[in-house]
Amino acid sequence: MSTRLTQKKARAAWFFLAPAMVLLVLFFVLPVGAGLLLSLTDFDIYAVGDPGTARFVGLQNYQYLLSTGDFWNALGNTLQYVLIGGPLSLATSLAAALLLNNRLVRLPGFFRTVYFAPVVTTLVSVAIVWKYLYHPKYGLLNFLLGFVGLGPIDWLGDPQWAMPAIILMGVWKNFGYNMLIFLAGLQVIPRELYEAAGIDGANAWQRFRHITLPGLAPTALFVSVTTMIGYFQLFAEPYVMTQGGPLGATRTLMLFMYEEGFRWWRMGIASSMAVLLLLITLIGTLIQLRWVRRES
Amino acid sequence: MRRWSKGTILLHAALVTGALFTLLPLVWMVSASFMHAGEANSMPPQLVPQHPTLENYAALFTRLDMLRNLANSAIITVLATVFSILINSLAGYAFAKLPFPGREKLFQTLAAALVVPAQVGMLPLFLLLRELGLVNTYAGALVPFLASIFGIFLIRQYALNVPDELLDAARIEGANEYQVFRLVALPVIKPILVTIAAFTFLAAWNDFLWPLIVLSDSDMYTLPVALASLVGEHVQDTELMMAGSVITILPALIVFLIFQRTYVQGIMSGGVKG
Repeated sequence: MSTRLTQKKARAAWFFLAPAMVLLVLFFVLPVGAGLLLSLTDFDIYAVGDPGTARFVGLQNYQYLLSTGDFWNALGNTLQYVLIGGPLSLATSLAAALLLNNRLVRLPGFFRTVYFAPVVTTLVSVAIVWKYLYHPKYGLLNFLLGFVGLGPIDWLGDPQWAMPAIILMGVWKNFGYNMLIFLAGLQVIPRELYEAAGIDGANAWQRFRHITLPGLAPTALFVSVTTMIGYFQLFAEPYVMTQGGPLGATRTLMLFMYEEGFRWWRMGIASSMAVLLLLITLIGTLIQLRWVRRES
Repeated sequence: MRRWSKGTILLHAALVTGALFTLLPLVWMVSASFMHAGEANSMPPQLVPQHPTLENYAALFTRLDMLRNLANSAIITVLATVFSILINSLAGYAFAKLPFPGREKLFQTLAAALVVPAQVGMLPLFLLLRELGLVNTYAGALVPFLASIFGIFLIRQYALNVPDELLDAARIEGANEYQVFRLVALPVIKPILVTIAAFTFLAAWNDFLWPLIVLSDSDMYTLPVALASLVGEHVQDTELMMAGSVITILPALIVFLIFQRTYVQGIMSGGVKG
């Protein structure tokens, strides 16, 4: 009886798992494996018509990428976004979370919803909205800057300012997400710690430095790694706002990969880009993990 | 009412300033969408339309046929949500409650695959769908959303809490395994399914890169893809583009506001990635 039931359960399990497993193998495992192989071929527009014409070329695509200025430019732009935009976004998230976590705040739910709203908006739409906000002549941003005697800045037309403009929009769009995770982290820190520190005469900065920051460390590592991974994939903002310009100043690795793969159909080279991006992301993750381990 | 201290006033001043900056782009978008052509490009910038008009929205749905794109987005998003819940809840339940040889190994293999981002397989996936004749179809746009390792994980985690006695009682009464799942387990794991549904809906609705790749005719474009292609030729028509942005953002915002609690809790419990 019980072995029959066991068998029945095992058989049912396979039926229940089959749809998910078939889909994952067909549309995830297989393509990822094929992507690694594709990066070792000269798969191009002719091969799109007739895959038989693709040839194995070893690491030639990687050699080509590492020797072309376009790749390093795209890597530089992407790193600028990750290394400046990421920390800026996290700092904004943390500041918002600290404000909201204060027990004196009226309507915390309202402010939380407002700060979070940009996260759920459609990226393409808000990129278009910001494109107009950044308009050198009629844009709201330059108008506001005019009040404090700054500008006008040709935000998206000046190679110096285009990436900072995308970074600023990214902070606006994303900070609400990590704010929630920081809030969750803050709520786990025991109130008694602050009360004890208050009795010992610690001021606000000392309490922040010695209680809040250490208490948030695990949360900070988590959001820092996940944000970095997401930021490395910057694509829609430059695609919509600048098409990678001006003068390639906002051409990111993902945009480069999209153009190589789906505009010029150089799928071999585009696949190598994807693999390199994966490696770079992994290295970034390992650096953060090691850095944290050394600190603690 | 309590007297507010200086610190409390400062705190709220900071919060209100932050809220104004956060809302300003969205408020301007809505406002400009009701302006007449050219009004949004005036100096000083107008925050309120002089003579509010619906002509931009009318143009979107007549001249630009955006109803078609709205329908595409709605169909793809709803199908993605329904199928992903169906497929992942069956798998997550099996991993939690139906033992079979090799279960732990399979589960660990899936966990390891979680670190590989989907974009590595994006180009071959496109070629595969082309061979299958699924490029430029709803099915092709759906594919990345159907089975989700992360979704299976979350459901398994939740389904572990379903008491075995409850399932066995149903079996003794003669229910088959599907009925046990459908009538006993499903009601218990419903909260996590609602969370995953809300996240899948928003992810599918807002997605850009994959539909951009796989949908090639403007008839098949989802709203974000249609909007990105329109902005190229209509870059001067600020008011029209703002109406298009409102149409695209509004459904996402409404779904978020309805499921706000689920959504916020999903993120704050650290369980769900957006």
